[in-house]
Amino acid sequence: MQNLIEIKGVKHAYQTDAGPLPVLDGLEIAVPEGGFVAVVGPSGCGKSTLTRLIAGLMKPDHGEVWLHGEKVKGPRSTVGMAFQNPVLLEWRTILKNVLLPLEIVPSKLTRKQAEERARFLLSLVGLEGFEDKRPSELSGGMRQRASLCRALIHQPDVLILDEPFGALDAFTREDLWQTMHRVKEREPFTGVLITHDLRESIFLADQVVVLSGRPARTQYVLEVPSRGPRTLDDLYTPVAAEQLNILRHQIQIAQGRSPAEEGAE
Amino acid sequence: MNKHIRAFVVPVIAVVVFLLFWEWLVWFNGWPRFKMAAPSDLPPAFERHWPLFLSMGWQTLWRTVVGLFLAVVFGTLLGMIMGFSRTMRDALYPLLVGFNAIPKATVVPIVALMFVGQHDFNTVLLAFMISFFPIAVSVSIGLSTLEPEYRDILRSLGASQATIFWKIALPKTLPEFFGALKVAVTLAFIGTNLMEIVSPHGRGLGALFDSGRTNSDFPLMFAVLIALAFLGIVLYYFVVALEKIFAGWAERAPG
Repeated sequence: MQNLIEIKGVKHAYQTDAGPLPVLDGLEIAVPEGGFVAVVGPSGCGKSTLTRLIAGLMKPDHGEVWLHGEKVKGPRSTVGMAFQNPVLLEWRTILKNVLLPLEIVPSKLTRKQAEERARFLLSLVGLEGFEDKRPSELSGGMRQRASLCRALIHQPDVLILDEPFGALDAFTREDLWQTMHRVKEREPFTGVLITHDLRESIFLADQVVVLSGRPARTQYVLEVPSRGPRTLDDLYTPVAAEQLNILRHQIQIAQGRSPAEEGAE
Repeated sequence: MNKHIRAFVVPVIAVVVFLLFWEWLVWFNGWPRFKMAAPSDLPPAFERHWPLFLSMGWQTLWRTVVGLFLAVVFGTLLGMIMGFSRTMRDALYPLLVGFNAIPKATVVPIVALMFVGQHDFNTVLLAFMISFFPIAVSVSIGLSTLEPEYRDILRSLGASQATIFWKIALPKTLPEFFGALKVAVTLAFIGTNLMEIVSPHGRGLGALFDSGRTNSDFPLMFAVLIALAFLGIVLYYFVVALEKIFAGWAERAPG
């Protein structure tokens, strides 16, 4: 099967006053259509750079990013993005915020159909009745839900999530994880999730990529076999504990600490 | 007490107390009219010179508004240039700060000499010069502090720079813009009056003030001050009304 997202040997460095600062070095990621990959790694290892590369917002120095069998050369409207900061436009209602991408991307939907679709997505994430509210009237979790709807409104085939739940409290976060599963069932997409939360990565993704410390390369890939729709209980099984253990171990290596050393600290 | 009554009654009481205190101060010290005016002197002063107040007030008002309008256009353009280009910001900012640091009273004689006799032009020019600075600065800061995610949301869909400006950068800058405009309104009045008083040419409320000064007519001078304050308040609340319409979303609901 053809991979929808393919990242081949990507290297990238930022030019700083102190000379080039390499952030990515030999990145290999492949995501099949409908797959969901989570990318974890130490802070500052270039995870956000990765999202910008996939979105076509920047070009890598070396290597290639392929979407749908096409090399990414610039921004493309088949991508949806959501960030840690929901960046909703305060002067628009929630509904108008969700509809924003359709004002940029050419769409076959009529105005009425677009609005119906927006309302459907909002109800899917549990924001029914908030269509005409302003973002400032919503809680952090609700804003993130709205931001998710905006990322999905133009039916992107790739959804890029850059730590979208990072600023939320634990309970709201778990709520949103479940929402994500519900959304993916109704609105299939291929997902790339950047996160710091290992439990989040194994709960949402079917493939967890561990990046090494800067400059980042693919250090480890954990397959998380799916057994149908997941529930929060799945996080408290021996299998999940084993997966978390492996990931934690890999992160420690990525941070440049061997597990044995940690015991000695 | 009802909230609305309080919002209305409390300020009115404060004003009345202030006026009574002022009246009492003049009466208690026995100040004559060529030394100080009391509030009770003001209505007769207005009555005596009413046609002059109307015509001079109009002159001051339109010249201020035109100067302010030019300041908005020029200040916004300058702010956009500085907000979008780092190089231009580095180049223009020192010039702008230097220009703003010059006390505008010293510019009055220069402008008056450069454009001899063109009183309307000179006055509008000064109102403009004194008031464009806050607008330029606020627009440039508003644009340059736009979080990159806002840009990315649209850029990742292939939106052009112009689209990003119209859909996000411009509306997002509006609250800062109106904040600056409120400051600029007051400044523009100062500019107009500087020209009218420092370079007297017989027009505007500044000229009326000047004639009060030459005649030691304190009631007239104070009446002019009140008239100026009145115009300033009217214009200020006009801007507030515009702000409510265009940037009302920035106001958080109480609580």
